[in-house]
This record gives sequence, C-alpha cells and structure tokens, in this order.
Amino acid sequence: MTPFASASLRGLAVGAVCLTLLVAALLFGAAIGETRIPLETVARTVASHLRGGVHGIDPIDAGIVWNYRLSRAVVAAACGAALAVSGVVLQSLLRNPLADPYLLGISAGASYGAVSVAILGLGGGFLSLSVGALGGALLAFGFVVVLAFLSGRGPTAIILAGIAGSQLFNALTSFVVTKSATADEARGIMFWLLGNLSGVRWPDAWLAVPVALFGLTVCLLHSRALDAFAFGTHAAAALGIAVRRVQVVMIGTTALMTAVMVSLVGSIGFVGLVIPHAARLIVGVRHGILLPTAALVGAVFLIGADVLSRTIIAGQVLPIGVMTALFGAPAFALILVHRPAQTGGGR
Amino acid sequence: MSRLVAKGLTRRAGGRAIVDGVSLELVEGEFLALVGPNGSGKSTLISMLAGLKRPHAGDVRLGGARLDKTPRRDVARAIAVVEQQAETGERLTAREVVALGRTPHLGALSPWGEEDEAAVEAALAAVDMLRFADRDWHSLSGGERQRLHIARALAQEPGIVILDEPTNHLDIEHQLAILALVKARRMTVLAALHDLNHAALFADRIAVMDQGRLVALGRPGEVLTPERIATTFKVAAMIETAADGGCHIRFMPLPHGSQPPSRLPERHDKPRVINLLHGRV
Ligand SMILES: Nc1ncnc2c1ncn2[C@@H]1O[C@H](COP(=O)(O)OP(=O)(O)OP(=O)(O)O)[C@@H](O)[C@H]1O
Ligand SMILES: [Mg+2]
Repeated sequence: MTPFASASLRGLAVGAVCLTLLVAALLFGAAIGETRIPLETVARTVASHLRGGVHGIDPIDAGIVWNYRLSRAVVAAACGAALAVSGVVLQSLLRNPLADPYLLGISAGASYGAVSVAILGLGGGFLSLSVGALGGALLAFGFVVVLAFLSGRGPTAIILAGIAGSQLFNALTSFVVTKSATADEARGIMFWLLGNLSGVRWPDAWLAVPVALFGLTVCLLHSRALDAFAFGTHAAAALGIAVRRVQVVMIGTTALMTAVMVSLVGSIGFVGLVIPHAARLIVGVRHGILLPTAALVGAVFLIGADVLSRTIIAGQVLPIGVMTALFGAPAFALILVHRPAQTGGGR
Repeated sequence: MSRLVAKGLTRRAGGRAIVDGVSLELVEGEFLALVGPNGSGKSTLISMLAGLKRPHAGDVRLGGARLDKTPRRDVARAIAVVEQQAETGERLTAREVVALGRTPHLGALSPWGEEDEAAVEAALAAVDMLRFADRDWHSLSGGERQRLHIARALAQEPGIVILDEPTNHLDIEHQLAILALVKARRMTVLAALHDLNHAALFADRIAVMDQGRLVALGRPGEVLTPERIATTFKVAAMIETAADGGCHIRFMPLPHGSQPPSRLPERHDKPRVINLLHGRV
C-alpha cells in the first residue's frame, strides 16, 4: 500500500472515531439531567423519531429526551463547533493567540441588540431577543470593519478596532441597563448575556447546525490558505494567496457564524479562546486537521458544559458561560504552563 | 514565464522616493546580484519585483503580462521570494515550513501527493537540512531557519527565485553552498547581497543601488571598479582581476581627505569624531 492510500485510510478511521464520539456525547447529553433517563430509552427515542412514530416508550421520557434535551445538546454542539472554528481562524489570520470570536465586537453588539429589544422595547414586541441580538451583532461588526478599514487594515488595526467597538457597545448596554431596567430585567439580561440554552428547541437547531456546517466547510476550503499565513501576510502573498480576499471571506464567515450562535444562546465565553489552543496541542497547527478537531472538541466541550450547568446545583440551571469559564480558565492556565517554551524569534 | 521586466519603478515613503525610477530586466537563466549600502532600497525594489508591494510609478511585467494583473497563484508558481526577515509564532516543524512552498501547486481540494512529498524532500536535502526535518522551528538557529526559507522557495519549483540577503545568517560553508546551489539550478536568480566578493564570484551581472537609484548595471568586472566602490560604499578597494575574468576585492577605510566630495550625507557629529581621532593619534 502506498503511504497516501494508508494516510487516507487513517483519515477515514479518525473521522469515524470522531463521529462516534460526537454521537455518544449527544446521547449522554440527552440522558443526563434532573431525571436520569437510561441511554437505551434515549437511543430508542431517537431511533423511533428517525423512523417516524414513537412506540413502546414512556411518552414523558420520550418528550424530555426529544423536545428538550436532545435539541439542546445539538445546539450546544453546533455552537461549540462554530465558536472553536472561529477562534482558530481568527487566531491564525490575525497572528494573535489571544484572538477570539468576540474580538470583532459581535458579543458586545449582540448584548446591545438584546437589551434594546428586551428593555427599550425596540420593535414594539414584534422582534424576538434573538433577532435583536443578531441585528446588534451585525451592526457592531460593521462598525468594527469600517474602523479597521480606516485605520490601516493590518492585524493590529483590526484588533484595536475590535476593542474600540466592543467597549462602545458594552458601554451602550450598561447605559441602557442601568438607566431603564428593573432589577428583575437586569438579572434576566445578565443571565442571557452569560449564555443560556434554556429556551432552545428544534427550530434553533435547524438554524444552528446548517450555519455551523457551512462555516466549517468554508473554513476547511481555505485551510491551505490559512496555513500560508504562518509567516505573515507578505509570505502568504508570496505563496500565491490572494490575501485580501481570504481575509474578507474568512472574517465574514466567522463573524456570521458567531453572530448567529450568540443570537441563539448569548455570548458563551472561553470556548473560542481555549478550545483552539487545546486542539493545537492535540493535532498541531495544520488547518486541514486542526479545524475539524477544534470543531469536535468544541462541540463535545459545550455539550458537557451544558450538562454540568443543568445538574451541578439541584433544581437550578446555571448560565452555561459560568461553566465554560469555570472550567475554561483553569484549563487555559494549564495549557499555558505546559506549553513548550519558544526560543528566540517569534512574537 | 521567467522573464521579469521592470520599467521606471518608483516607491515613496517618509516624504521621499526610496526607490526612484529603476528600470531593470531579469534575463532568463541569469544570476543578477543586487548590491548597495543599507537603506539604498534593495528590499523595497525586491518586494515590488515580486509583486508584494505596489510601485507608485512604473510597472513590472512577468512574461509580458502586468504583474499586478496576474493572479497571485500564477505569480507564486513563477516567482519564489525569500524575505530578509520572516518569523512565525506557530509551532511548525522544519518539514512543515518547507511544505508551505507547495501551496501554489495545490488546490483547496487537491490532496498532498507524491510529487509534493518528493519536492519537499529534495529541497530539504539541497540545503542540508534533512536531519533537522522534524525539529520544531523555534528550536532551530538563525542560519538553519534561513536555510529552511531557501528550501521552501526551492520546493515552490519556480522559474525565478528572488532572495533578499540569503546568506546573512549562514556560516561560510553554507554561504558558498547556497549561492552555488541556486546558481547550479536552471533558475533565474535575483539576490540582494552585501558581500561584493560573493557577487563577483557568482553573479552574471551586478546591479548597484544607491539612495533609491540604480547607479550601475553590468558584468562584475565592469561594475566593481574602485571608483564605483568608493562613491557608493565609501571605502577604498583594491581589485585583483584573475585571468578568467573573475575578480577579488580587498577593502580598506577611505583615507581622510580623499572622500569623494559628492554623495556623502552631511553628518553633524563629524567634526567631533575627527577631533577624537586626532586626539588619540
Ligand atoms: N514606511 C517607511 N517610511 C519611511 N521610510 C521608509 C519606510 N520604509 C522604508 N523606508 C526607508 O527606505 C529605505 C530603503 O529601505 P530598504 O529596506 O529597501 O533598504 P535596503 O537596501 O534593503 O537596506 P538593507 O541593506 O539594510 O537591507 C530605508 O532608508 C528605509 O528607512
Ligand atoms: Mg534590505
């Protein structure tokens, strides 16, 4: 067998293992909760839903599994994957290990959009929180893009513009909340801002999954181009990359993915920052393998974080962002400590 | 596609022309050395010739077509560039860095093939870096990194290779080996060099840059005269010409008073330096 045939066989095997892992995580996500439902029931519920018509299963269990937990796990997986992939792409493109999907003002803009709808009553009750958040996210992203464009378009300009945009929209959010919100409203908004999968149902999954898959595919198609950015934009251009076009497509794709996810579940922190580093430690820096790995790790991580957020305090659901940060921050610290030291050169 | 013609290239920065109306033709198969003092515009000219920076006036043509109208991928298949400085924060191995050279030959969906593998292997061997192939980039020395950049350019399999000071981190063995290597390949070479003896030894033609202008262009024996070296590089030189037309240059500081009056930039601290020197004597 040639080395290339064996390499593609290995790729297939790894892909199969990953898919199995993801499915297992989804099933566990559906099984674990306040009432524990046997994995067998979960599997039978899913199987019968896929065939159409539910027979021989407790309808309440089936309802919890299908309508409540599984849809939630699927959205968590899509969000985790999308945020992790966005983090990888932005870190590579901007050559900054601290870049994350919210860098471009998306989370701040989404918060502002959400409070505009929820507290200021924008849209007169016809707009949902999610639509408001999506609008705010895109507005803030547009602001950041214009600012970055005016201030030189380099990686540093983009990062600084992102910081300026985020600060501005965060200030607007705080302004609205402190000026107009009741204590209850403020608490509700806070909960939403930290990430919240409670209201999530299948229609959300039908949006989140295609967006995540689309984003991952577009990024994968650019994986060689992303590799070529390792030595900077000049070197990438010298290797035949249409630098400007790749930057626009990649930043646009990650912004869209992130904005949709944030509008569905709020701004869940740390996934987009930590998972890319963890994935790099596992498989290295080549994007052809790094992107799918990050997507998988992000998906499984967020399913797990959601389960924890539902179960860690009996009778209470914590914001999922609290869980990701509680586990993400120490994990990030560990990665930093154990990362082999870089000698000379570099940043 | 190995013919590169530049006409009237000009680029301005900081309120002055840092490259000023340079016209130059890279003849297929030749080794053209670009020499000149620090800041004379060599790197800027190289970036424009490789299509990485846009000239403010003038244009570059590759095989007859305007470089800025040619798709980047086609340019990268024809021209490889090794920049003066290029660093990464990514944890790449030596082999992965060289493999980047295959980028212009690979589509988004085309898999890594045997010829890519062979090109990378050959390039690593050519710069004597096979033993280091699996080492982490950040664990390598400056010279080893430079050899990998050159290997990356070779793996690109270009018709033209443009090198900005390719030998500045290398030990003498590898300096000579790298220059001999690119000369031996059937590639067109443009290399910015600081060592005039290397230029004389390897180049078919030498281009001399001074304050953004191309002040001389021709065969080593014609260009490297004591007068040229004194005006451009501010040093005195003795040139021994061998029977085969090759030459060897020996340098020494210009004696006081014999400085060419024309081009030396005004230095405000000059009198003090001279006084100090006189004080020592
Ligand atoms: N953005 C800029 N603003 C002002 N001056 C600039 C700018 N970029 C380059 N220069 C100047 O242009 C001149 C040419 O620079 P270049 O890097 O091309 O020189 P070089 O011949 O390659 O020098 P070296 O031998 O040191 O590599 C230098 O004097 C440099 O200071
Ligand atoms: Mg230079």
